[in-house]
Amino acid sequence: MGLEEKIPDSIILTTVDKMVNWAHKRSMWPLGFGLACCAIEMISTFAAHFDLARYGMEVMRPSPRQADLMIVSGRVSMKMAPVIKTLYEQMPNPKWVIAMGACAACGGVFNNYAVLQGVDKIIPVDIYVPGCPPRPEQLMDGILKLQEKIDKESIKDRRDEWGEKAG
Amino acid sequence: MRADPGLTRHAGRLCEFRNKFKCMEDKVREFLNSSFPGAVIREDNFRAQQSFYIRPEMVVPICEELLSNDALDLKYLSDITSLDWLGLQPEKAGRFEVVYNLYSLTHKYRFFLKVCLPGDNPTVASVSHLWPAAEWLEREVFDMMGIIFDGHPDLSKILTPDELEGHPLRKDFPLTWEQPQFSWNKDQPPEVVK
Amino acid sequence: MTVAERTLTLNMGPQHPSTHGVLRVVLELDGETVVSARPVIGYLHTGIEKTMESKLYHKALPATDRIDYLAPMSNNLGYCLAVEKLMGIEVPEKVKWARVCLAELTRVNSHLVWLGTHALDLGAMSMLLYAFRERELVLDVYEACGGQRMMTSYIRIGGLAHELPGDFDKKVRKIVKVVGERLHDYERLLTKNEIFINRTRGVAVISAEEALSFSLSGPMLRGSGVGHDLRKANPYSGYEHFDFDVAVGTNGDAYDRYLVRLKEIRQSLRIAQQAIDGMPIGPYRAHVPGVVLPPKEDVLYKMESMIFHFKIITEGFKAPFGAVYQAIESPKGELGFYISSDGTNKPHRVRVRPPSFINLASLPRLVEGRLFADVVCAIGSIDIVLGEVDR
Repeated sequence: MGLEEKIPDSIILTTVDKMVNWAHKRSMWPLGFGLACCAIEMISTFAAHFDLARYGMEVMRPSPRQADLMIVSGRVSMKMAPVIKTLYEQMPNPKWVIAMGACAACGGVFNNYAVLQGVDKIIPVDIYVPGCPPRPEQLMDGILKLQEKIDKESIKDRRDEWGEKAG
Repeated sequence: MRADPGLTRHAGRLCEFRNKFKCMEDKVREFLNSSFPGAVIREDNFRAQQSFYIRPEMVVPICEELLSNDALDLKYLSDITSLDWLGLQPEKAGRFEVVYNLYSLTHKYRFFLKVCLPGDNPTVASVSHLWPAAEWLEREVFDMMGIIFDGHPDLSKILTPDELEGHPLRKDFPLTWEQPQFSWNKDQPPEVVK
Repeated sequence: MTVAERTLTLNMGPQHPSTHGVLRVVLELDGETVVSARPVIGYLHTGIEKTMESKLYHKALPATDRIDYLAPMSNNLGYCLAVEKLMGIEVPEKVKWARVCLAELTRVNSHLVWLGTHALDLGAMSMLLYAFRERELVLDVYEACGGQRMMTSYIRIGGLAHELPGDFDKKVRKIVKVVGERLHDYERLLTKNEIFINRTRGVAVISAEEALSFSLSGPMLRGSGVGHDLRKANPYSGYEHFDFDVAVGTNGDAYDRYLVRLKEIRQSLRIAQQAIDGMPIGPYRAHVPGVVLPPKEDVLYKMESMIFHFKIITEGFKAPFGAVYQAIESPKGELGFYISSDGTNKPHRVRVRPPSFINLASLPRLVEGRLFADVVCAIGSIDIVLGEVDR
């Protein structure tokens, strides 16, 4: 007798947090935009050889209003920084950010007038993936780490866009 | 360890290379001297690359003439770039140098027209009406080096953000304002170089 | 003014899936027709030229990888050839052959990414997956050579970073075989595909005269019927020893550029095959003490090699006063490095002649008066890399 036959008339006891976190982490939709070199590795991660679809998150959303994960893939120039901040603000809550690559994390090899020294100066970052550029496996590891992080979240800690606690 | 005669071999190759383009070099020199007497200030040949330093006001006439000269066929504007000689010996001739990189598709020959410009208010006539490609190249030189091209249809910033003041590739523009933070200075606010 | 007379201003990008990065195009539309297009660039301006001025000659090399990140080896090659010209270094034959082989694999890599993304823009999603699958083979070679998948910095001033890996020729032969076979599949998918032909044929047309006046280079120029290829015109790094054809189009539209690039992949595989077959034996680095780093094996056992290594790493080498320009045929077109030296151990000015930047300048000409949907096709067919456009 399969489990599927039992489920329809069963009751599963769990906490709301667990339920919500499970839903969040299994259906993360990244915002489909690339900045620089790391974007190519990001596409590689989504493409045939590495196939991120195995983790249920290959759906890249072209619009920030449908996305809940932003992968900042590459160096952020001073001209691009306000655009990224706008994109982040357009994403609905809850939202997460992965800073992919050394440039997004700290400016990388480009310590100069044109590059923002780390995207965390303008938006909050959840996971830093090092490398120049990181291998696709590293990005996947970063995404799995983010899923672990989401697992530990609670609704009552969640803040709205003005920094006020929801609960 | 093998005593590699790499340097002498290279010199030999350069000689060969130079001989190949010798006749083109002479033709260009003759063209410049006969059509525009006094336009060439000096001539330079470094690593088999010919460059002519010309008077700034002669850029447009020479380029126009080159475009109509089918025998030379130096019609492909490969690149426009600029240099800043601040604090160095060539500054005496002019702080800025604009380099026009011209190429001949039939003769496979490349040469450089160079213009020296003064440090304050460097201005040279635009060649964007001759080559549409020059439009963006000149905008980039203006943005990065602050050289003004007279007669350019839209001389505005192209690469740097609008808020940025100054021209980044000038030697008096600092590479960075902000010092990176390490473990040994993480408690101090980052030093800002102005 | 009535609604019908008014034009609509549409902002495309910098976050747009079809702009291949962070290109922004401000379009003015009259219904579906593009009245004017103004590309706005600089969203990836990294200050690479300024950064390179502040570094020693060999330490500026890693920055070149990040200019055109789809063709890192071509950038390395261009920069190294320019510095070698400045310093008067002649590299051993084996290095030339290995560099040619790697540069051609880079062309395959870059064209595959272009093919995948361009087809994706036009609605052929599966092409992207195929192209990236084949690209992994090239990246495997990169990884075996330089230890990195993309930013290898494997080609160094005066030679290569290390000896070629033991199974280099086996891997390259595999690429030549596998990609060569699968190109037939791509052609079956796209070349006769009616949707693809409708989207690309007669779109983004530029004539040969206009292409020359816009200083276009690479497949953009060859697609318009000008058979100019720097590998043939001014051979560098031993290209005169290789037998290959220059792919030339006729109509100068997006479809011809597609055909040119596909032919170029075939020719690149041919060159890579020749380079592997005729790879000479010899040192992997020129022996020029004080300028080129001595081989790592010598540094561990020989005193003078260690001293030279230390001196080059800490204070670099002094270049003679002067300026050189070295252009190579990168996958995008004529990639040139203009290096001006002031006699010190750092370059006074490094100018990169970016083929994508100059090719992109022709975008308004390609799309004005055309339909809005052709803009995506035109951007794709130029094959821009924003890292190179903005530097």
